Amino acid sequence: MLGFVIQRFIQAVGVMAVMSVIVFCGVYAIGNPIDIVIPPEATQDIREDAIRRLGLDQPLYRQYFIFMSNLLQGDLGRSFVYNIPVLDLIGGRLPATLELVLISVISATFIGVTLGIYAGYRPESWLARTIMAVSVLGFSVPSFWVGLILILTFAVNLGWLPAGGRGDTVMIAGIEWSFPTLNGLSHILLPAINLALFKLAMMIRLARAGTREIMLTDTIKFARAAGLSEATILRRHLLKLISIPIITVFGLELGSTLAFAVVTETIFSWPGVGKLIIDSIAVLDRPVMVAYLILVAFLFVTINFVIDLVFALIDPRVRNGVSA
Amino acid sequence: MTDPVLSVENLCTHFFTRAGVVKAVDGVSFDLARGEIMGLVGESGSGKTVTGFSLLGLVDPPGRIVRGSVRLAGTELTTLPDARLRALRGREISMIFQDPIATLNPMLTIGQQMKLAIDAHERLSRRAATARSTELLTQVGIPSAAARLRAYPHEFSGGMRQRVAIAIALLHRPAVIVADEPTTALDVSIQAQILLQMRDLARETGTAMIWISHDLAVVSSLASKLAVMYAGRIVEQGPTATLLRDPRHPYTAGLIASLPAMTKPGTPLTQIRGTTPSLLSLPPGCPFAPRCGKTTDRCREEPALTEENGRGWRCFHPEGSNQEVPA
Repeated sequence: MLGFVIQRFIQAVGVMAVMSVIVFCGVYAIGNPIDIVIPPEATQDIREDAIRRLGLDQPLYRQYFIFMSNLLQGDLGRSFVYNIPVLDLIGGRLPATLELVLISVISATFIGVTLGIYAGYRPESWLARTIMAVSVLGFSVPSFWVGLILILTFAVNLGWLPAGGRGDTVMIAGIEWSFPTLNGLSHILLPAINLALFKLAMMIRLARAGTREIMLTDTIKFARAAGLSEATILRRHLLKLISIPIITVFGLELGSTLAFAVVTETIFSWPGVGKLIIDSIAVLDRPVMVAYLILVAFLFVTINFVIDLVFALIDPRVRNGVSA
Repeated sequence: MTDPVLSVENLCTHFFTRAGVVKAVDGVSFDLARGEIMGLVGESGSGKTVTGFSLLGLVDPPGRIVRGSVRLAGTELTTLPDARLRALRGREISMIFQDPIATLNPMLTIGQQMKLAIDAHERLSRRAATARSTELLTQVGIPSAAARLRAYPHEFSGGMRQRVAIAIALLHRPAVIVADEPTTALDVSIQAQILLQMRDLARETGTAMIWISHDLAVVSSLASKLAVMYAGRIVEQGPTATLLRDPRHPYTAGLIASLPAMTKPGTPLTQIRGTTPSLLSLPPGCPFAPRCGKTTDRCREEPALTEENGRGWRCFHPEGSNQEVPA
């Protein structure tokens, strides 16, 4: 087990190193921030002074090494635009995204897996057919449109829920959170539904496919022949047997939603990191882009690592490194 | 035979598929005495396994039992509500399957799976359940059983996994076990061990067994009674020794003749010509007629059961005797 952890850790470091080079070169290639940061009417002196101050007079590889040595000391640089440390900038936005995404991905998983198991267990029933029809909608309708319709219906026409913003927040451990207050929750609800819809559809399909496959296996037949009740079979046998793909997708979705909830955050003016990265791309705020993308890579590496640990925890074959 | 523990009469299990009705089991009848071992033999697709599932009420849709009766110790199973049937499964009648790799759940320990099977019928303390599980595992020949309860299926060999499955099936000392080719997937040497062990276990516990197999050689060493299935029907049944020595149905005779032991070394093996018919397009009359060497016009009708000295067959032109069934 320890060997496994060390091996994964070394892999993670390698991935992060490669990722940082790609990000750095990519961001360098998309444009020169000087043209945006400094007004065109500035004098040549001011221009050159700014270029030197931002470190843009150095060749690319020097910039990279300066960035990396700062990074290893926990310094991700300062935003060109806001002139505050990037880490503070991102850290200030992250909780908003975090609470929104966790609520939507976790509830989508629980509801989706439950509905999916039912749809796979009783595929011929009308309820199962309804669930599957709804899941097709969840897949095919674009999320910006759903977001607009949600606002139009529940905020504009019915007036039940607010259309945007975080609402009342509470300070916990020095960070502002919306979910502990009723008003904050009412603000989370619509964007969370908007984000969750696609994931719900995917979880339904995954759980249904797994259930249909597993229910036909000899494992289930043998359990029935031993007289186990259907509830016990679903709870103790089926749930474990379909869990591997569900956990995999859960992790991937959690990561990608945390990183790129841009559309929903924009529609519901949710002050999260997705909106920050889009804004910084527009003004070529290099330190924010680089730091953000590297943090995203770090996030994915961490999530995948945790998922592998969870696999080892629930599946004895993975734990022992056997593929039987 | 007095007071059979299992009595099957005119059992019909049909599958209602889009292509038509598949009569997988079509009028099967037999009796099983307490502690008796019956071999159910036939080619793939002859309806042996579906017969087994029908006995436990485990036929998956689109199949269902359309007619007939299954009486287990006097209780009619075909009309029993699901909940009461479930209470009998595993307790009074249980089943083991062909592939021991597929039957056990790879993500639960052996102990957990045995506990689930115990909990399905009895309230036992954890300690009592462990004791029972250990006892059964020891009985089926698993060394250091107590420690092995914490192991997962992939830590066992194929033969050991099948022993675990057998132990689970025996947990509640059922009156009847349906064994669906449980040794087919195993090495020949392991196969022999398990066969002997099953026979001894059945003898000790008074459990009756239906041993389903396509291998006449395996079954004949184990069962006191044979039933030969073809296209969903039992075409011949009787005591094993009698049937092997003096088969009446041409299909039984063909099966016996194709046993390697019956052939002189160096000569080609005898085989029954043709293939198993599709159950969707059975010819009217005797289903074996297209492959049989003795077919006459009469075979276009379905032959009735002829009974004689505790055995029976369904054929107009039985082997071994020149007596034709009178028209």
